Amino acid sequence: MSEAGEGRIAENGAAEIEAQAAAWLQRRRYWNWSDDDQVALEAWLDQSLAHSVAYWRLDAGLGRAERLAALRNPEQEAVEIPASEKKPLRRFIPVLLRIAATLAIAAVLGVGAASFVLRSHDRVYSTPVGGHETVSFADGSKIELNTDTVVHTRMTSEQRVVWLDRGEAYFQVKHDPVHPFIVIAGERRVTDLGTAFVMRRDSGRLKVAVMQGRVWFDASNKKKPQQSALLMPGDVVTATADSISVTKDSARALANGLTWRQGVLVFKYTRLADATAEFNRYNRQKLVVTDPAIAQMTIYGAFPTNNVELFSRVVRDVLGLNVRDNGNQIVISR
Amino acid sequence: MSETPEMEFEGVRRRGEAMSPSEVAAWFVREVLPLEGILMQYLHHNWRNQSDITDLRQEVYVRICESARQRFPDHTKRFVLTTARNLIINRMRHEHVVPIEAVADVDALGLAIDAPGPDQVAMARDELRRLQGALDCLSPRCREVVVLAHIEGLAGHEIAARMNISQATVSEHLANGIRGLTNMLFGDGRKP
Repeated sequence: MSEAGEGRIAENGAAEIEAQAAAWLQRRRYWNWSDDDQVALEAWLDQSLAHSVAYWRLDAGLGRAERLAALRNPEQEAVEIPASEKKPLRRFIPVLLRIAATLAIAAVLGVGAASFVLRSHDRVYSTPVGGHETVSFADGSKIELNTDTVVHTRMTSEQRVVWLDRGEAYFQVKHDPVHPFIVIAGERRVTDLGTAFVMRRDSGRLKVAVMQGRVWFDASNKKKPQQSALLMPGDVVTATADSISVTKDSARALANGLTWRQGVLVFKYTRLADATAEFNRYNRQKLVVTDPAIAQMTIYGAFPTNNVELFSRVVRDVLGLNVRDNGNQIVISR
Repeated sequence: MSETPEMEFEGVRRRGEAMSPSEVAAWFVREVLPLEGILMQYLHHNWRNQSDITDLRQEVYVRICESARQRFPDHTKRFVLTTARNLIINRMRHEHVVPIEAVADVDALGLAIDAPGPDQVAMARDELRRLQGALDCLSPRCREVVVLAHIEGLAGHEIAARMNISQATVSEHLANGIRGLTNMLFGDGRKP
């Protein structure tokens, strides 16, 4: 570029700035990085917005590449690495697998048998249908249990492990690189890297959504090789028995998914089928929609999780449907 | 409906106030970078000298981030493409090359500006293929370094020792790898 009118980058072409940004980024990511290096990088970034933009862009590109790479089947990798050269993170996973296997056996035997296997510093926390509990730990971490949820924990000086046995929980973790905070749900593991995230486990499906920081997600079973991914804020993983997908949610969508923490369910043009299923997680008296056509109607609004009556009234008055309470169930029909 | 979320992950943004650099960075990564493929298509289509494209892209990014320091635009895609169009028109005026009418209008591009994006799961799958394509575009030595670093998680000095090459060479390969992967993942698939 030669024209004076575009002075911001005239004396230093974009390709050159990009090369400098890439040089900084690789130095920070793959080599020893001192406080002085950080000061020098920040000075370079402050020199011009062009520097910052180039750096943000490459940093995001590298992050994207790493997350995608982590999701790839290991068999596709071009270079074979001896196990001894891999990073410690990968090495400790088999140990966890063994722990998980032990507990998986316990889980099959039922909660009563499971508690038999548990060690003395293990604790079980649970909520009934419609319940909501917050558990605080000595390290400052917190777990908020939603309705009908069971977790058990092992918090020792060596390890911090939580098993999400059933339901949904919101985790706010005080990060400690020496003692990673690990949440295990069946064959899936989430390792905190400084984080707030929510996990929901029901009928063979696991959903993990990250609000802050980063988490490491691992999945493995006998049929498939291990799959891992580094998750960033906004990332949502949905894992079923035979598929794993990663999607991106907006901050607003994630916030809507967490309103249970305030005891509220938010529906925005949600199908009646999904809204009633969500409500039924919180209440013993179940809502039933008999007509598939009605199930496709959508509802908009915020409802207290325990107020089935309010929900029923809105369904009746706004959607003009027939709502009948027969004691055991509330039946919605035309 | 505004495209900017009501709630940020860290701290609540108050309307009308200048954005902090980290807010601008987060917005840029979340809202602007996913549009890079469309932006690059537009630039390639409307600017003959392909060697200027990287400069144009950077200039567009700098201009929209400057503006975003004051306020995030309501329609990011329209804002990015309009900025690109204005930049190109200014350049053409300056260089007396082609009549302004030759620049494709943002609306005439046939881009559904406010249409919902493709299914995100499908996008993730597509991106995996892109990543494979991006890796294939790197030189063999560069690819080997990138795989050891990004995928196997080795540090720079470990790669140098393992491949028996100098640390400076490893640095160079890593920097080139980051640029190549970013251009392939965010851009329109052409090598810059």
